[in-house]
Amino acid sequence: MRSHGGRKWRWKTAARHLALIAVGLIMIYPLIWLFFGSFKTNADLFGSMGLWPKTFVWDSYIKGWRSTGQFTYATFFANTFLLVIPTVIFTVVSSVIVGYGFARFEFPLKNFLFVLMISTLMLPQTVVLIPRYLIFRDLGWLNSYWPFIVPAIFACFPFFIFMMVQFFRGLPRELDESAEIDGCSPPRILFNILLPLSVPAMVSAVIFQFIWTWNDFFNQLVFINSVKKYTVSLALRMGIDSTGGDTEWNQLLAMSILSILPLVVLFFAAQRYFVEGVATTGIKG
Amino acid sequence: MLKRKQKFALWGLLFISPWIVGFLWFQLYPLLLSFYYSLTDSGAVRMGKFVGIDNYVKIFTRDRDFWPSMRVTFIYALMAVPAKLIVAFLVALAMNRNSRVMNLYRTVYYLPSILGASVTISILWRFLFMREGVVNRVLGFFGIPAVDWLGNPDVAIYTISLLVVWQFGSSMVLFLAGLKQIPGELYDAAAVDGAGRLRTLFNVTLPLITPIIFFNLVMQTIGALQEFTAAFIITNGGPLKSTYLIGLKIYDEAFQDMDMGYASALSWVLFVVILLITLLIFRTAKSWVHYEDGGRA
Repeated sequence: MRSHGGRKWRWKTAARHLALIAVGLIMIYPLIWLFFGSFKTNADLFGSMGLWPKTFVWDSYIKGWRSTGQFTYATFFANTFLLVIPTVIFTVVSSVIVGYGFARFEFPLKNFLFVLMISTLMLPQTVVLIPRYLIFRDLGWLNSYWPFIVPAIFACFPFFIFMMVQFFRGLPRELDESAEIDGCSPPRILFNILLPLSVPAMVSAVIFQFIWTWNDFFNQLVFINSVKKYTVSLALRMGIDSTGGDTEWNQLLAMSILSILPLVVLFFAAQRYFVEGVATTGIKG
Repeated sequence: MLKRKQKFALWGLLFISPWIVGFLWFQLYPLLLSFYYSLTDSGAVRMGKFVGIDNYVKIFTRDRDFWPSMRVTFIYALMAVPAKLIVAFLVALAMNRNSRVMNLYRTVYYLPSILGASVTISILWRFLFMREGVVNRVLGFFGIPAVDWLGNPDVAIYTISLLVVWQFGSSMVLFLAGLKQIPGELYDAAAVDGAGRLRTLFNVTLPLITPIIFFNLVMQTIGALQEFTAAFIITNGGPLKSTYLIGLKIYDEAFQDMDMGYASALSWVLFVVILLITLLIFRTAKSWVHYEDGGRA
């Protein structure tokens, strides 16, 4: 149908691709600029439009990594992983368990509780932040990663519960029923039968929660206050404040690049996984 | 049989029990506690004494920053959310073709959504939009006079909104998934009826995609009204408090001035505002959100 008048069609396609490429350039250019900026001198950063550095600064990554001296970015990256990895693992584990409960069992008030759970998706986090701060303070958890990990243990991320519920609902109930006839208890049904089928959903939960926790600046700013415990986001923010006229901005840009590197790697690695996951399981969005 | 049913109800409750604990401990109790705090003059260390609605009276009558902050927060949400959704929809329309190249575009467009919320991108924005920055130089190249993107109080909030628009990729992917589910027969039928491109867009495509627009609109508006990181890192509320979003104000009151009671009152005002706006969007949904299963909106 679309091949009517081949020449006109070809022009239209070319125009479409040109527009899409232009949008793509706008999207990607700032990131490329950031990368080359990490090799530029201050004069170059503030004084020229070009992408390519006039003189390459090679030591920005080494000097930037050393940071203030007392703590290096090795500490900040280690801290970030200490915060992010348990949070991600517990989020997925708790969301799977709770999602299974909502998807497969009947119990009193189930619909009410489900609606309640979904509505917390829309609860502005700002309103619970101050009391949470005071609760964590009284527990002695400020300046530690418990304020991130404990809510993950107790399934405080309704988005992922909902995601798992939707996924479990898509799996045939006959799987559970035949396992039950074979004498499997509900936990065994979950772990032996349903979990192996849920890998794609769990992987996407891991990816999203990793990205969100890694990027989350606000909660880290509120709950963590000693440099020793700083995450990469907090260290970068400290970098902005302490970078004065005579220090080189390229060091801050270099560390900025490193801070998004895990996300970029995850993004490209997971992309392939997604494509394969969809292809092999036949499960679509 | 009854026994099995009861046993299963217990299993179900056991499985959802982590969430019940989490809900009571980290959502409901903080929500109520926050309201109680808003009626006190609590500081950082001690629970203050009960002062009734004094904090609320102060917010609406004596706080010089409150109304400007609300105003700029609304401008931000009204700019950023629709602009992002419109761009996301238009690009999704242009990309709705089966071709390998489209996957490449999709990857490139999606990347900023993944990075956008990070401190890094806020730092990058400071560089791109500074007076001598890349954006002004590119504009200069085309003979357009430089704009003081971050230093001009009338412009700064729009510069920060642009950061949200730059992250249109996540919404675009949702739109794209929705577009792919529209059955081809509907387009054929529209073509048979002699509908042009624009009419097809407005009478077939848009109505079928409204549930996705609705979902995006609700969630992004809630998010935008609470925005913090970008305004904090890029302009720190300035210049002249022109980007002093209500999220920044609550943070300052709570964690700089340690005025927990007053900050709690502010956060409850924001909570009620968000609730009202969400209800408003839900109410209007009846007239514009189209559900295929016969309008349960």
